[in-house]
Amino acid sequence: MGLFVTCLVDLIRPAVGFAAVKLLEDAGCTVEVPTQTCCGQPAFNSGDRKTTREIAEQVIVAFEPYDYVVAPSGSCAGMIKTHYPELFAGDAAWAPRVETFCGKTYELVSFLVDVMRVSKVAAAFDGTVTYHDSCSGLRELGIKAQPRKLLASVQGLTLKELYDSDVCCGFGGTFCVKYPDISNTIVTKKAEHIAETGAGTLLAGDLGCLMNMAGKLQRLGKKVSARHVAEVLAGIDEPAIGER
Amino acid sequence: MSVAHLTSPAFKENAKGALADVQLQSAMHGVETGVVDRRRATVAKLPEFEALRDSARDIKNHTLAHLDLYLEQFEQRCIAAGGNVHYAVTADEARAKVLEICRKADAKLVTKGKSMIGEEIAINDFLEANGIAPVETDLGEYLVQIRHELPSHIIMPAVHLTQEQIEADFRRVHTHLPADRQLIEPQTLLTEARVILRDRFLSADVGITGANFLIAETGTSIIVTNEGNGDLTQTLPRVHIVLASIEKVVPTLEDVSQLLRVLARSATAQEMSVYTTFSTGPRREGDPDGPNEYHVIILDNGRTAMLGGQFRDMLRCIRCGACMNHCPVYAAVGGHTYGWVYPGPMGAVLTPSIVGIENAGHLPNASTFCGRCEEVCPVRIPLPKLMRHWREREFERHLSPATVRTGLAAWGFLATRPKLYAVAMSLFVFALGLMGKLFGRFRWLPLAGGWTRHRDFPAPDVQTFQAQWKRRVRTQ
Repeated sequence: MGLFVTCLVDLIRPAVGFAAVKLLEDAGCTVEVPTQTCCGQPAFNSGDRKTTREIAEQVIVAFEPYDYVVAPSGSCAGMIKTHYPELFAGDAAWAPRVETFCGKTYELVSFLVDVMRVSKVAAAFDGTVTYHDSCSGLRELGIKAQPRKLLASVQGLTLKELYDSDVCCGFGGTFCVKYPDISNTIVTKKAEHIAETGAGTLLAGDLGCLMNMAGKLQRLGKKVSARHVAEVLAGIDEPAIGER
Repeated sequence: MSVAHLTSPAFKENAKGALADVQLQSAMHGVETGVVDRRRATVAKLPEFEALRDSARDIKNHTLAHLDLYLEQFEQRCIAAGGNVHYAVTADEARAKVLEICRKADAKLVTKGKSMIGEEIAINDFLEANGIAPVETDLGEYLVQIRHELPSHIIMPAVHLTQEQIEADFRRVHTHLPADRQLIEPQTLLTEARVILRDRFLSADVGITGANFLIAETGTSIIVTNEGNGDLTQTLPRVHIVLASIEKVVPTLEDVSQLLRVLARSATAQEMSVYTTFSTGPRREGDPDGPNEYHVIILDNGRTAMLGGQFRDMLRCIRCGACMNHCPVYAAVGGHTYGWVYPGPMGAVLTPSIVGIENAGHLPNASTFCGRCEEVCPVRIPLPKLMRHWREREFERHLSPATVRTGLAAWGFLATRPKLYAVAMSLFVFALGLMGKLFGRFRWLPLAGGWTRHRDFPAPDVQTFQAQWKRRVRTQ
């Protein structure tokens, strides 16, 4: 299968990519990483259909040979699965290809649980975590039970549910830099809810949201570490996001 | 085009003020918690709610596909029942028609039930300028009126106000009442408003209401209210004017009964609103009450253009307000920030359709696309998708800010050239990674002020994942 590592993981936190590789290999997959850039979502959400389409074609050509395409992000997988068809609608040459492509594209944790039928992982984590349901994964792909199912199998880990875990963290891709003050108000509330759980670690399935929440928690001086859920499931023990 | 009360172009400035407004922030807190939780509980009690949403969507889609037919049918049946139907292409035409009817009735005082079309055509200002006094009778609308504001929510017009602000406004305006009266309980505020308004109901010449629905098969207009003010507004004066828009029509009573089931639950988490009032024509022989004249003004104001284009789905909207109740941006900045009549996600789609995208460019951009609005919309309007379509129009017309366009172009250039991208990103990550080694994160970064003003930015590894992966594959 082809790992679509996502641009943020590629640039900011390779550990998530290696965690994904470990989880997929443990589940019996052969993982390859073709040369890649981005899924096109920033262009798509900025109204630039032409650039989005170019990028989408590039992604499809690069990943088409694989049985599955897996991304450690509900946002990027959601972009491909739910929005690529719109880009190619009415294009007789591409539309069937895109349909097949979308059918084999998955977000990492839901792929492990729903397709590879993984029900437990061989990892240990000593501590209490809380979990934020990132919007695209939750609402575009219906990811909610899968990460909780696998987290329940991590030895020593306690999950304390987050109030309003399904409410946006205020990241929103370019939104957070286009409307920084509004984004700040939203993420401040989120950071307060996270701190109220008393958990020492925040987990989520999308690096964008995690960087936003981690950055706010750190700015507020809250003692909560943030990690991608794949890192904990894979038992990878790198310094948490923004820590050393 | 000049639009009354339009401050949408100043969205960012509006937002800045709203975020710093302590009272507003305290008032908005209730929306995020109370309404959302109550809706969830009410919906959970109705297992067929999701099926009802499908049915509501289908009813509206069917109606929109045959809108001309149903509007004609409504007109015929309404006239047959003794009513009058007036079409208004623009807000100006609608205002002129209201004034004409009021003048003919020699009206001095007009009572008003809640009407968003009334807000859309700024009817209160217009009547006042023409020597006719409009009095809002919905408590929230009344508050907004005495404060000379616009509603900040389509069904909870005064949701931006705290109890203390309301008390202060009542003391400021109702100067004929004893200054030492107790006004702390919500109930005492309500009673005071009732007493003040009762007198107006009895002396009004014309009553103006909105319409939640128009029923084609019977020529009936429907209002859904909780205070009963709408009923008094439409039955006591000599003349009743209904302000509606073309997409309010639905074919049958049966259709309306289905839509009502999703409307109240989505809007206020009620199974049914307290009052659902059907009006068919003026008072008939033997009726105990009712107006002598019944007029329905049906406004277009850009909607026909929507019908034939990308924003058609928006015309399904039944104005429940669930999208704004569930919107994190709306909760943060409140309705006035959106700068016109319709706030929140539905406003972000509808407002540009009416006032032009060049006047409301921020609205569809100020969304995280979290999708919660679409998730709760009772008629399944794909609101994020429609907001995105507005962004596409802005991009095509070069209306988006130059910084965004330049940044996007540079990024797009790299993202479509994987080899160049790999080189550029490796350099970028290497530099940033080295700089960040000491603390693991940045409190300030050039060109990323929007981010680092409010939050830290994590330092990357000095090598991208793809570079590290290539090394791993080579060494295996």
